[in-house]
Amino acid sequence: MKILVPLKRTADPDNANKVKIAPGGGKIVTDGLEPKPNPFDEYAVETALRLTENGTNPKVRLAGDSVVIVSMGPKESAATIRQALAMGADSGLVYETTDEALDGDLVARALARVVAQEKPDLVVMGKQAVDGDSNQVGQILAERLGWPSATFAMSIELSADKKSVIVGREVDGGVIKLKLTLPAVVTVDLRIVSPKSVSNNVTPATHAYQDGARYAPLPMIMAAKKKPIAEAPFASLGEQGLTTTYLRFEQPPSRKAGIKVKDVAELVQRLRSEAKVL
Amino acid sequence: MATDFYDLDALLTEDERLVRDNVRAMVTSKVLPTIGEHFEAGTFPMELIAEFGRSGVLGASLPEEYGCAGMSDIAYGLAMLELERGDSGVRSFASVQGALCMYPIYAFGTEEQRRKYLPGMAKGEIIGCFGLTEPDYGSNPAGMISRAVRTPSGFRINGTKRWITNGNLAHIAIIWAKLDDKIRGFVVPTDTKGFTAQKIERKFSLRASVTSELILEDVEVNEDALLPNVEGLKGPLSCLSQARYGISWGVIGAAEACFECAVDYAKNRVQFSRPIAGFQLVQAKFAEIVTEITKAQLVAWRLGKLKEAKKMTPQHVSLAKRNNVRMALESARTCRDILGGNGITYEYPIGRHMLNLETVSTYEGTHDIHSLVLGHAVTGLAAYDWTPPPGE
Repeated sequence: MKILVPLKRTADPDNANKVKIAPGGGKIVTDGLEPKPNPFDEYAVETALRLTENGTNPKVRLAGDSVVIVSMGPKESAATIRQALAMGADSGLVYETTDEALDGDLVARALARVVAQEKPDLVVMGKQAVDGDSNQVGQILAERLGWPSATFAMSIELSADKKSVIVGREVDGGVIKLKLTLPAVVTVDLRIVSPKSVSNNVTPATHAYQDGARYAPLPMIMAAKKKPIAEAPFASLGEQGLTTTYLRFEQPPSRKAGIKVKDVAELVQRLRSEAKVL
Repeated sequence: MATDFYDLDALLTEDERLVRDNVRAMVTSKVLPTIGEHFEAGTFPMELIAEFGRSGVLGASLPEEYGCAGMSDIAYGLAMLELERGDSGVRSFASVQGALCMYPIYAFGTEEQRRKYLPGMAKGEIIGCFGLTEPDYGSNPAGMISRAVRTPSGFRINGTKRWITNGNLAHIAIIWAKLDDKIRGFVVPTDTKGFTAQKIERKFSLRASVTSELILEDVEVNEDALLPNVEGLKGPLSCLSQARYGISWGVIGAAEACFECAVDYAKNRVQFSRPIAGFQLVQAKFAEIVTEITKAQLVAWRLGKLKEAKKMTPQHVSLAKRNNVRMALESARTCRDILGGNGITYEYPIGRHMLNLETVSTYEGTHDIHSLVLGHAVTGLAAYDWTPPPGE
C-alpha cells in the first residue's frame, strides 16, 4: 500500500502571538519565527507510518508499503520533509512556490495532479494548516478525485485485505465510524496519535504507541540523508489561478481592562444591568 | 525556543538541526516528566535506558557498522546539550557509556571486542562503567595503585576504583590498572568473581545517576579482556578528552534550561507593582548570562569543528570544559537567586541543575586541574609535574 502525505511548512505555531500584520493589512509577517511542520500534518505522517509498519519494529515499512511526503511552498520545505523521512517515510516531493501564491483550492487541484502521478492508495493529511486554518484542501481534493473521504479522523483501522479503512470521527455525543473503500482521502485530528488509535492488522493489538508524533532516532536521521527528495517548480504541475482573494488582515481587538466592584451587590447589579446575563 | 542570541542555528547543517530537534523531543517527552522525582528520590531512571538505546544517543559518533549512528562531532555535541537540558545525570550516563566505555573498545580494542560489545552497548543492553579514579588518586591518576599480573590464562587484577558513574548498573567495567608498571585497559565483566560495586549514597548532586566504588579482589580475566592497542596514561586520557568534549556541549543545555526558566519567571513575578524582569539588577544578571551562554556556544561549536578536522588537542578541550562548566554553574546559581525562595524548591529545575553542576565542575578534570593544563600550554612549565628537590 502506498500512502501520500501532504505536509505544509508553517511558522512556529507555539509562538503565534509573535505573528505580525504588515502595514496596510496586506499580508501576514512571520519573520523571526522558526519554521515547523504543520502539527496536524505531522500527525498525518505518524498515522501513515503506523499504517505501514509493525509497531514493534518501526524502523522499516512493511513489504510493498511506502509513504511519500509532498510539500508545496518555499524551497526550504525540503528540510521539513527530511524530518518526516527520518521518522520513517520513504521519499519526498517539493513543488516550489511561495505561500502567497497558493490558496486551498489551488493546493487541492495541484495535489490531484500529484495523486495522478503517484497513484497512492490513500491520502492522509492534517485536517487543516494552523496558519491559515482554511480547512478545505482535503475535502476539495476528494471531490476532485471522486474519492470517498473522511475528515477529522480520531481513529483509523486498515482492513486485512488492505481494500478499505474504518475511520472514527468524534461527533456530539459519541464517535461515528465510516467505512471507506480505497482509494480515499482521510484528514486527521489531534487524537489520531493516541497510543492505540491506528490499527493495521500487523501491529499486535497489545502494542501501545507513544502519544504524539514520534521523534526520529539518530541512526534514522543519518539514513534519511540518503532518501530521495525530488524538487520541481510548482508550475510543472500545470495548475494555476487563485480563487480566493485575501482582502485585508486585521489584529483582533486587544482586550479591555476589567473593572473592580466593591461588593457582591454591585456585582449582581452590573451583571444584570450591563452584562445582561442575569 | 532555545537560547540562540547569535543565530548559531545558521552554522548548523540540516541533519545537525534534526539531531538537536529530535533529541530535544525525546528529552521533553521521556526525561523531563519524571527526572525531578528521580532526583528527589535518588534513583536512576532505569526505564530510560532502552529509550536511549532506541534513540541512538549511546556512542552516537561511532561508525554504523557497530550499530551506532555515525554522527558528526557537532551533531554528537548537540545531542549531549539536549540531554543535559534534561539533567546532568542523564547526560553523564550517556557520556560514560559512549565516550568512556564504547570509545576505548572502538579505539583500542580488537575487532572481536568491538563486535562483541559495541552493538549491544549502542542499544543499551550492555551497560558500561569506567574505572580510572581511585580513592587516593583523583587528579593524579598516574599514581594509581591498581595492579594486573599475568596468569597462565590471562590476568589477575586487584585494586579499588571510586566515583564511578554507572558502577552498580554496569555489565562491564573498563578497568585501568598497571601491568608491568604500565597503565593498561581491561574489559571486566562485573559478574566476575572478586568484583564488587558499592553504591555511594547521600549525594546532593547527580542524584538521578548512580555513583559507585568498585573493589577488585583477585579478579581473574582471560587474555581477551585486555584492550591491546594502547598503553600508558594516554589510553584513559584520550577517553576523557572524548567525554570532556561532550561535557563542553552538555552543560550549555543545563545553563539554557536555567536561563529560560528564570527569564520566564522574572517576566511573570510581580514585585513593587511590576515584573521583576523590568528591574535593572535583574536585567544585568540576564545580560551577563546570555553573554556567557553565547560565548560558550561559540567555544563548543569551534571545538567541534576542530575535532571534525582532527585538530582538537587536549588543551583545546580543557579550555572548553573549564570555561563552559564554570559558566553553567555560575549561571545556575544566579538563576536560582532570581527565583528567590521558589528557586530552592523542586518546583523548578534550576536547583537540580545547580547541584548537578557542582559535580560536573569536579569530575573529568577539576576546574583547577584544567587551569593547570592551560597554564602549562601557555608557559611550557607543568605545575603538576612537581619533583621534590634532592634531599627532601
